[in-house]
Amino acid sequence: MSPPIRVLVAKPGLDGHDRGAKIIARALRDAGMEVIYTGLRQTPEMIVNAALQEDVQVIGLSILSGAHNAIVPRVMDLLREKELTNVKVIVGGIIPDEDAADLKRQGVAAVFQPGASLEEIVDFVRSSVPA
Amino acid sequence: MDGDAARYTGCRMKAPASTVPPRAKRPLTTISGVPVEPLYTSEHLADFDPARDLGEPGGFPYTRGIHETMYRGKLWTMRQFSGFATPEETNRRYHYLLEQGQTGLSVAFDLPTLMGYDADHALSEGEVGKCGVSISSLEDMETLFRGIPLGDVTVSMTINSPAAVLWAMYLAVAEKQGADWARLSGTIQNDILKEYIAQKEYIFPPRPSMRLVTDTIEFSACRTPRFNPISISGYHIREAGSTAVQELAFTLRDGIEYVDWALERGLTVDEFAPRLSFFFNAHNDFFEEIAKYRAARKIWAYVMRERFGAKDERSMKLRFHAQTAGCSLTWQQPYNNIVRTTIQALAAVLGGCQSLHTNSLDEAYALPSEHAVTIALRTQQVIAYESGVTAAADPLGGSYFLERLTLDTERAAGDYIRCIDEMGGMIAAIEQNFPQREIANASYEYQKAVEAGGKIIVGVNAFQSDHEDAIEILQIDQLAQEHQAGKLAALRATRDNGRVRASLDALRRAAEGTENTMPFILDAVRAYATLGEICDALREVFGSYQETSLV
Repeated sequence: MSPPIRVLVAKPGLDGHDRGAKIIARALRDAGMEVIYTGLRQTPEMIVNAALQEDVQVIGLSILSGAHNAIVPRVMDLLREKELTNVKVIVGGIIPDEDAADLKRQGVAAVFQPGASLEEIVDFVRSSVPA
Repeated sequence: MDGDAARYTGCRMKAPASTVPPRAKRPLTTISGVPVEPLYTSEHLADFDPARDLGEPGGFPYTRGIHETMYRGKLWTMRQFSGFATPEETNRRYHYLLEQGQTGLSVAFDLPTLMGYDADHALSEGEVGKCGVSISSLEDMETLFRGIPLGDVTVSMTINSPAAVLWAMYLAVAEKQGADWARLSGTIQNDILKEYIAQKEYIFPPRPSMRLVTDTIEFSACRTPRFNPISISGYHIREAGSTAVQELAFTLRDGIEYVDWALERGLTVDEFAPRLSFFFNAHNDFFEEIAKYRAARKIWAYVMRERFGAKDERSMKLRFHAQTAGCSLTWQQPYNNIVRTTIQALAAVLGGCQSLHTNSLDEAYALPSEHAVTIALRTQQVIAYESGVTAAADPLGGSYFLERLTLDTERAAGDYIRCIDEMGGMIAAIEQNFPQREIANASYEYQKAVEAGGKIIVGVNAFQSDHEDAIEILQIDQLAQEHQAGKLAALRATRDNGRVRASLDALRRAAEGTENTMPFILDAVRAYATLGEICDALREVFGSYQETSLV
């Protein structure tokens, strides 16, 4: 049996609305993954350091405040700097279509908008990590 | 209008057979999972005592409403929560809303403001003006209310951890306009307990935060007798995923905690309790919500009379603002949100709210566009002036189903309140993660039920369309941060910095002692000390709070 997929669920920015991040963390855990939840108000630096230390394959960022265009590119830059480009980044939250397309061009693996199902997200994480 | 009509007909509500839920999936419980029987009769009210449980509108225990004539005497205040980008832009939106017939203002602040950071702080990067208006100094507050006479308009401000500072700025603007503080009417949210429980916008640890809240309640009792120094809020608890009963119970237990602290300060209950106000969610489940508001009034009336010995009737009357449920609105088929909001708003009105915010159809996308917010306001106006529900007080009173639901809601909330009493009060419960865990469990259970198709969300997990409408989205000026930072730099260069330093030193000393901090915060604000500088002074004394993360 292959070891469980390791996922970092992170809540960057000043926003405290963590309902979505917590539900995703639980759903991934219930799907058999090892989930590390960072807690609130993590800077891109803190998130990338945690990803390095915890040796995760996937980072999930929950952003509802509209600050994604400032935060996500910074996370992607830091991952490149630390040579963690094999870590998949997924973003969930209130992300307009045009911004979602931009984020994907910058290397984000998937963007999940409101109404996305847990099943869809769990399946995506599973399929994005090589067995 | 032609453009809108064209957009509507462009959306075909095609429902492929596979997405139509079978009959058995229609709800047999409330949205919170409370079982509902197929029919209610007088037999369901065997333990119902009208004198104890109901009373008359305007009479103890106020289950039927706090006024004898309810909306025949005075309509609720239509108060749309609004704020974005710079104070200049938000001021223009306020003038627009007042011209459209809105009867009160409600200020939404951006995240840096809510967290006590100035617009030019490193952590404010990317957040300025996004979720609300950016306010860093008295100068910004003066701009926000330019041309709006604070002596005449009631203003509600959604601000919590730094509430004392923003309120001081507001009072200073009123002073400059020549308005008499004793006549000012409005509300600051100032409910820190629900931040630790649900919304998580806290700065300081719970006990110094409670001291600040108590300072404002005391200051208000002496100086602004018509102002509500707190709005004890269940809204955010519900948005975080709680059930209706949890929303009710945690909110009222928070209320009890604030009363305990104010009494400890030496105030008598009837000095401040008439100015305590509440804020509840208006969610999808029509009768469950109405029962929640009625149970809230009844529980609070008994708590104030029996537990705290209040004598003044006004202390026993629970006044509340309602907002329709943002978390119920969908990204898919956004025009359906107008319908959801209408049903929710109707529940709030039939539940006897004193003021109401209706969410806009674009809630799941962005802050509302002017077009969307106008429909949301019109929704309230249609209920008020066309539906006829305002003619009689508590028109649903006596319904077998509703009275049963009200009693059950009251009892279930009472169990939670006793449980938190036994834990040593709400701060002890928060420290043990009790309400946080209860809410996280409820929200996960709900989401799993949605996934399993046990709860239907129209347009999301049933009745999907193969075509989605594009809707107009409010774009926030990307230059807001630069604009705000530029104004701050100019302010810091021109103000009397000696006076700023002296006022901040005095505030620090007051915070270290036991004096009421409000007069010191007012002095700092008048000297144009910024929000960030004032909060930093308090952080030095009180420390910052970090929660233990819980999944």
